[in-house]
Amino acid sequence: MTSSSEDLDAQPLLAVEDLAKRYGRHMGCEAVSFRLWPGEVLGVVGESGSGKTTLLNCVAGRLTPDAGRVLYSDRLGAVRDLHGIAEPERRMLMRTDWAFVHQNPRDGLRMGVSAGANVGEPLMAVGARNYGAIRSAAGDWLAKTEIDVGRIDDPPRTFSGGMQQRLQIARSLAAGPRLVFMDEPTGGLDVSVQARLLDLLRGLVTELKLAVIVVTHDLAVARLLSHRLLVMRGGRVVETGLTDQVLDDPQHPYTQLLVSSVLQP
Amino acid sequence: MTDMLRLCDVSKDFVLHNQGGAEIPVLLGASLTVNAGECVALTGPSGAGKSTLMRMIYGNYLTPTGSIRIRHEGAMVELAGADPRRVLAVRRRTLGYVSQFLRVVPRVATLDVVAEPLIALGEGAEAARARAGDLLRRLNLPEALWPLPPATFSGGEQQRVNIARGFAHPYPVLLLDEPTASLDGANRAVVLELIGEAKARGAAIVGIFHDADARAAVADRTFEIAPLATAA
Repeated sequence: MTSSSEDLDAQPLLAVEDLAKRYGRHMGCEAVSFRLWPGEVLGVVGESGSGKTTLLNCVAGRLTPDAGRVLYSDRLGAVRDLHGIAEPERRMLMRTDWAFVHQNPRDGLRMGVSAGANVGEPLMAVGARNYGAIRSAAGDWLAKTEIDVGRIDDPPRTFSGGMQQRLQIARSLAAGPRLVFMDEPTGGLDVSVQARLLDLLRGLVTELKLAVIVVTHDLAVARLLSHRLLVMRGGRVVETGLTDQVLDDPQHPYTQLLVSSVLQP
Repeated sequence: MTDMLRLCDVSKDFVLHNQGGAEIPVLLGASLTVNAGECVALTGPSGAGKSTLMRMIYGNYLTPTGSIRIRHEGAMVELAGADPRRVLAVRRRTLGYVSQFLRVVPRVATLDVVAEPLIALGEGAEAARARAGDLLRRLNLPEALWPLPPATFSGGEQQRVNIARGFAHPYPVLLLDEPTASLDGANRAVVLELIGEAKARGAAIVGIFHDADARAAVADRTFEIAPLATAA
């Protein structure tokens, strides 16, 4: 992908400093630091248990880290310490500026209410009140995520897995977030459905100039979506760099093992 | 003459940690300057490190020692050890690369694959697609194939899509890895024409051409890469 911010001196949107999370004596993640700029997609790869989802949840404010800071530069340019601000303020940020796409659409959608309501809710949460405008915006988002607008009144439990995932993406992007967290967004989908979703995500990220942190164990997904990679093992970052450099010329023994273990179709 | 690319004392070895830490030296002390409007052909036997050197310039291989500088927006920029965001900025505007393999998202139409680098630079979608269409037409790729993703195309067709993508934006520096391989005579001639036109507009080109006639037609000089004796 080729849309990351041009200005190398610009202030990062997000700065993660020395983040750690421990579960009792077991380490979730340790000493993780990175920065992220607008328009940039950062891939976090590693096997299950490597700490990548723990890291994502700490950065996204869904878990409280035991050490370290997550600094976010808001729309006015003020830097906010995510785990230092009050709970209501953090919730407000998560609603207005951030979005989270879960691996399982059921975790991000309300399965019993209509597709239109699923997309309309986040708009109402940031202040939209006009029913006609909300419904029309929801329709636009369904179209953008390639869902038949005729299904707007159907609940997502009547949708296929791929459609549900696209609806979750519509719901998460509707309120205009600047930063999106994705946990295995194409996991559990058929390969043909995955390709369509990847294409859709790439287009939206470029069009909306989103900053994205995407956790995946699939190196092909990481290559297609992300500009930069963090490789995690045992809760630590073992290698970082430009995506094609990390995958084509891996330096760390673990990354070399990971890259050489992928089956080529 | 304006220097566009300066390689100074560049070395590279691969350390295979999962093969008992085997060290494979590939390049030792390579130095090369390429000026605007010039095409330099990398030569040497298969496995000598020609593609490795090209990938080090592009940045998908790291450069552990030495310097690789490129003229980017008027100033020489160091690529060895550069911040990934800087490498991406250089690739977007300055450094094009036609590799031997086309790697794209499965579902994207050929026309959009070719137009993508222009759209990433802020060109309007219509103008970008028009430029993409011109190139594909010139490379004799049937218009019926343009809306299809290139994954199922023949090797020669994919190669032409790859070349069209690499020539869509007038990059000041171009890396061409076997651009005429798997092409028939007519299309080979079109590619050599495109390379000639790029030189005429001042592009600095580094190429690998196994086809000696193609090399003779476009290269101003050659740069020999001798294989290093691997420690047995």
